[in-house]
Amino acid sequence: MELERFSYDNKIVRQFGIAAIFWGVVGMLVGLIVATQLFVPALNLNLQYTTFGRIRPIHTNAVIFAFVGNAIFMGVYHSLQRLCKTRMYSDMLSKIHFWGWQLIIVAAAITLAMGFTTSKEYAELEWPIDIAITLVWVAFGINMFGTILKRREKHLYVAIWFYIATWVTVAILHIVNSIEIPVTFLKSYSVYAGVQDALVQWWYGHNAVAFFLTTPYLGLMYYYLPKAANRPIYSYKLSIVHFWALIFIYIWAGPHHLLYSALPDWAQSLGTVFSIMLIAPSWGGMINGLLTLRGAWDKVRQDPILKFMVVAVTAYGMATFEGPMLSLKNVNAIAHFTDWIIAHVHIGALGWNGFLTFGVLYWLIPKLYKTELFSKKLANIHFWLGTLGIVFYASAMYWSGITQSLMWKQFTPLGTLQYPNFLETTLQIIPMYMIRAAGGGLYFIGVLLMVYNLYKTAKQGSFEENEAAEAPALVKVKDRFVKGKRHRWLEGKPIQFLIVSMVVVLIGGLVEFLPTFLVKSNIPTIASVKPYTPLELQGRDIYIREGCVSCHSQLIRPFRSETERYGEYSKAGEYVYDHPFLWGSKRTGPDLHREGGKYPNMWHYLHMEDPRSMSPGSIMPAFPWLLTQNLDTTTTAAKIKAMRTLGVPYPLGYEYTANEDLAKQAGTITADLIKSGVPAESNKEIIALIAYLQRLGTDIKVNQQAK
Amino acid sequence: MFNNYLQAIEGVDIYAIFSLLVFFVFFVFLIIWMFRVDKSYLKKMSSLPLDEKENLNQNFSGDKHDE
Repeated sequence: MELERFSYDNKIVRQFGIAAIFWGVVGMLVGLIVATQLFVPALNLNLQYTTFGRIRPIHTNAVIFAFVGNAIFMGVYHSLQRLCKTRMYSDMLSKIHFWGWQLIIVAAAITLAMGFTTSKEYAELEWPIDIAITLVWVAFGINMFGTILKRREKHLYVAIWFYIATWVTVAILHIVNSIEIPVTFLKSYSVYAGVQDALVQWWYGHNAVAFFLTTPYLGLMYYYLPKAANRPIYSYKLSIVHFWALIFIYIWAGPHHLLYSALPDWAQSLGTVFSIMLIAPSWGGMINGLLTLRGAWDKVRQDPILKFMVVAVTAYGMATFEGPMLSLKNVNAIAHFTDWIIAHVHIGALGWNGFLTFGVLYWLIPKLYKTELFSKKLANIHFWLGTLGIVFYASAMYWSGITQSLMWKQFTPLGTLQYPNFLETTLQIIPMYMIRAAGGGLYFIGVLLMVYNLYKTAKQGSFEENEAAEAPALVKVKDRFVKGKRHRWLEGKPIQFLIVSMVVVLIGGLVEFLPTFLVKSNIPTIASVKPYTPLELQGRDIYIREGCVSCHSQLIRPFRSETERYGEYSKAGEYVYDHPFLWGSKRTGPDLHREGGKYPNMWHYLHMEDPRSMSPGSIMPAFPWLLTQNLDTTTTAAKIKAMRTLGVPYPLGYEYTANEDLAKQAGTITADLIKSGVPAESNKEIIALIAYLQRLGTDIKVNQQAK
Repeated sequence: MFNNYLQAIEGVDIYAIFSLLVFFVFFVFLIIWMFRVDKSYLKKMSSLPLDEKENLNQNFSGDKHDE
């Protein structure tokens, strides 16, 4: 058979590799800074752009989409070419994909620091960037499917299936969760409100973990682990079964992020059941990875690459066991809103994603540069620093999470809360925050060693942008209806494959959504719940801008310990005008859903100026700029209009008079502040924020008083 | 309480039954296929990432074997 000559594009692989390393360093450094801010609040340098609420999303986005994202693309562009025995479909699309993605990352970092955020976790970017992401993702898709279509290898190796599932699902997730109404150039409102928004968001959030942090990495595992160990995967059958099980089940598990919330109970139970089922396919992947090394464990002792991969796969197994356990209601009641969740995600991020990336990099960079790794010893040191870092990080956060939870729930024999002051529970875990930061520091030093090691490796080798290769052309063979080959029909046809996996994912998504979408009565309305006043609406947007939702939930669960501490538990009907929802996922500070009327206006004013003046020892950053910055009221009309489009019952034409109401309400609050001896001005942002905070949860309080 | 939600959705159990069915049927077929699949095919598939150059020659001869 005649061999065709072609070349592999190594340049694009190297570019994505360098980007992954660069953004990895940046993202982890920011992580280290936010971790340290939790015990040194002054580390924000008193700048709004570097305050916790704004840079925490920079950390999460940088690690997920910049570090892991570029690493995925590096692996896909490298392995896909080899597995398909062809060059990437289009060098131009490769280029557009690479530079487009980097541009998006830069835009994300800038806008998030400036406070432009939708506040939906891992989907914080505003609408113009959302559109850019869609375009770049489409370019990636065309490039990938083009490559698959012009391949010279008949069969699609299992890694490619994982890539396809990733592409399809991320596209759906991103589009569905990003449906929003633009208000200004960098401000939008989610079309979903309250419970619905929460459901969509965590369907997205959970599946971002599944299809951005898991399936592409399983694809990488299925390619690079056999490569590094130089032996085929343990069971190809298992890989097929666990692939289908994984994409089937994952898409349903999202509601486990909303247990004990105002979400309908059936949706919560659905999430739990499917989360438990997830153990099987997840462990299928882990077992397949680990057993690939059966009889070769001696290699693991010597080879740092395999060490990284083994710990990565083990961390995957631990995290995917822990996840289903956390989705049990009784465990979730303890763990939710605590640092336990932070520990859980970091086992995944640092262990699974981080270590697999490092393993692949240590294997790939020397290959690309046709040389040996500069120093095995340094790689080993990196491995131990990283492992120790994870242990310190995770154990501190587990300890902290359980401590928090127990203290929140502790009653005295007399039946009152043992720790009624939330701050006490925070101060108790400060040492854990320090240990966590130290663990993160160790991990970070390891990464810096890797950067040096890989740089030296590149220096000593020679890089070839276009690697020559040859392979016979693909001959079409019809075997569709031959016995026992149905799946082969599927795996040999990428387009059919794309459609089937899309249908699978959509069924899961639709079954979860349809009831909430179609039936309005699904969310019981409460008559006393009224839309926000213009000033409160503006205040709410400041709350969103400053990332308050990073540390404060707005969701009181129906536990006695919570109703004692915060007040009446949250009802679904209270959120019907919340575009977007602000339930939050972590309580570094107390819940704020019944904050309204708890403290006088003056307290909020001084607390925002310097939290420690009102709560000595508080780790909340100060927000002095709110006291000096003028509230932008030019957007009021646009905001009211957008909200009305979304179904919030503002009367027609109200946008023209809204600012008058706004000024009136601001005047009342300011007068009250001045009476209390605070030199407040009515046109400052703080007034709007106070208006919003004082409104929180009061609709139901009014209701009760009326009774 | 959640009965209210369920009652509000007409034929809500159809969703659950339908999805379970899709699930179940797909997996049954997958498992059946798994038991019947040709071993040499699996072997070839799992060796795809390794020895890319050697693999070339087996590409099509492997097919003839299982047919």
